Amino acid sequence: MNQPSDFLIIAAVLISIGIYGIVVKRNALRLIISIELIANAVNLVIVAFSRMLPNPQGQVFVLFSIAISAAEVAVGLGIMIIAYRFYKDIDVTEYKNLKN
Amino acid sequence: MADAMFVGLSILTIGSAIISLESKELLYGGIALAVSLLGIAGFFVILDAPFVAMFQIAVYVGAVAVLVIFTVMLVRSPNTVTKRETVKRKISGIILSLAFLALFGAFIGNSAVSQFSFSDAVPAVDIKEIGRELLTYYSPVLIVLAFTLAGAIIGALALARREDIEEKNEPAK
Repeated sequence: MNQPSDFLIIAAVLISIGIYGIVVKRNALRLIISIELIANAVNLVIVAFSRMLPNPQGQVFVLFSIAISAAEVAVGLGIMIIAYRFYKDIDVTEYKNLKN
Repeated sequence: MADAMFVGLSILTIGSAIISLESKELLYGGIALAVSLLGIAGFFVILDAPFVAMFQIAVYVGAVAVLVIFTVMLVRSPNTVTKRETVKRKISGIILSLAFLALFGAFIGNSAVSQFSFSDAVPAVDIKEIGRELLTYYSPVLIVLAFTLAGAIIGALALARREDIEEKNEPAK
């Protein structure tokens, strides 16, 4: 039988992979992928504790969280597409208008 | 101890999460992201949350991963292949993520979380109960969430609109 700490460890590994992606990658799409991985790890932790208690409110919050991150991805990709139209590149180091 | 299903799902999820960041082609990264999100949905099934798993597959695999793949196709090809990262930045990223992992592992090992356990005696959460929570106590949140989603979609559409081809489509006066 699985224990809650097993799921916590899996979530921690996913979050650290996401941190690695955010720190190292400079491609805007990879950054969005890393953010998605981190958000999913958090959802996994909430559902694991919701099963342990057991309490339905954890699952309700996860439903809200999934909907919010879907909206976030839509806006993020929209911003990325106009940035690509301006700079002809999706490398975030090329976006230099906000510098200085 | 963890059972075989759990081990298989964790290898699938973490392996494809690494592939989604490290694959050279961005398109394969998007597909690997979809596989990783499917693995998370499998974890939700293990945790007796089939409704959340269904929602995860519908929203994440069906919408988010497909949206990422579509964006890869909209962007021209030299940008979808990763450039070489500097080794210094890569090493510092690995060190940072390992440090986070060690910190979190120390938290888990030293806290009371490691003594918690799932009990089969208590029944899993009923789907009807989730529906009741959503429509009674959390109904204002649901309405606000619906407006947030609609606002985000309209905002994304307005952002991605092109102004330069607008005059061409207008009827001649």
